[in-house]
Amino acid sequence: MIDEIPIPSEQVKLFFMNLPFSKFLGLKLSRLGDGKAVMILNYRKDLVGDPKTGVLHGGVITTLLDSCCGAAVMTAGDPKTSTATIDLRIDYMRPAKPDTTITAEAMCYKVTNSVVFVKASAQDGTKKTPVATATGAFTSPF
Amino acid sequence: MVPKKHLLQRLLAHLQVLFNLSGNLTLLKNHELDQFKKEILETFAKQIPFCNTLGIGFDCLGNEITTHLPFKKEFIGNPAIPALHGGVIGSFLEISAIIQLSWSIFLEKKNNGDNFNIKKLKEESLVLQRLPKTIDLTIDYLNVGRSSESFARAKVNKIGRRYASVSVKTWQDDPNNPFALASAHFLVTNSMKL
Repeated sequence: MIDEIPIPSEQVKLFFMNLPFSKFLGLKLSRLGDGKAVMILNYRKDLVGDPKTGVLHGGVITTLLDSCCGAAVMTAGDPKTSTATIDLRIDYMRPAKPDTTITAEAMCYKVTNSVVFVKASAQDGTKKTPVATATGAFTSPF
Repeated sequence: MVPKKHLLQRLLAHLQVLFNLSGNLTLLKNHELDQFKKEILETFAKQIPFCNTLGIGFDCLGNEITTHLPFKKEFIGNPAIPALHGGVIGSFLEISAIIQLSWSIFLEKKNNGDNFNIKKLKEESLVLQRLPKTIDLTIDYLNVGRSSESFARAKVNKIGRRYASVSVKTWQDDPNNPFALASAHFLVTNSMKL
């Protein structure tokens, strides 16, 4: 590969903050480091999936969790290249309360030379049970 | 844009002709039928804000729906390639599954109902608006989603009393070479089915 020099975490942060689709949905990276990441999504009417209830579309939560997992993967070591999602499973536990900010937290729980395994959950701050949880496998950037 | 009321009236007029004539849909010429289905689907999808935000469109051939996701610069997740964001792909797959499932439930009801009338249909189209709730979604990212239009087709594996299972695939050039697959479970309520 061309880029064998480790990518600094500041650069990882900038990369995720500037992704066109993250910007499009208004995702914000609030914490990053040591294979963990926290991302925030503000409620927006154009992201609603069910107009009767005003609940955000599942795809929005999927994006938030996928991005958050990806960011966590990039800080689980010294990345030499970028990562890609191999698979992602989302469990929707309950609908997110309309008009609330969603916070996602991701953590890498196993890092190998080829694959990084990640868990993540999304909260709306109203209850202890998460809105959704995710389990993913990512290509290893290390 | 056609006013909503006007669109609804046109739809109802279509339906009136259809069901007064035959009680089933087969009398219509195929392309008219597909156009008519497309109109119902578009009315249905327009109500989902996130579906509009992404700009998802449809084609209907028989009972099979193909959904389209246009390429937009905002959908990029890795600018170096450039590749679609995994979240866009996941959202597209989930929406495609929801639309095909809602449609399948609608058709199932139609086939079961003997005395089909316009009043009932108004209620039924309302049921169409009631969305299945996603329980889980597993996405397999097989390849990079490149910067071009994507298509998806969903297969409803089973609609049970409470749960439904759906598989979806999405591709860009060749339907036999999908770049992502998903398998999802949905909660379907009795009121959706009756």
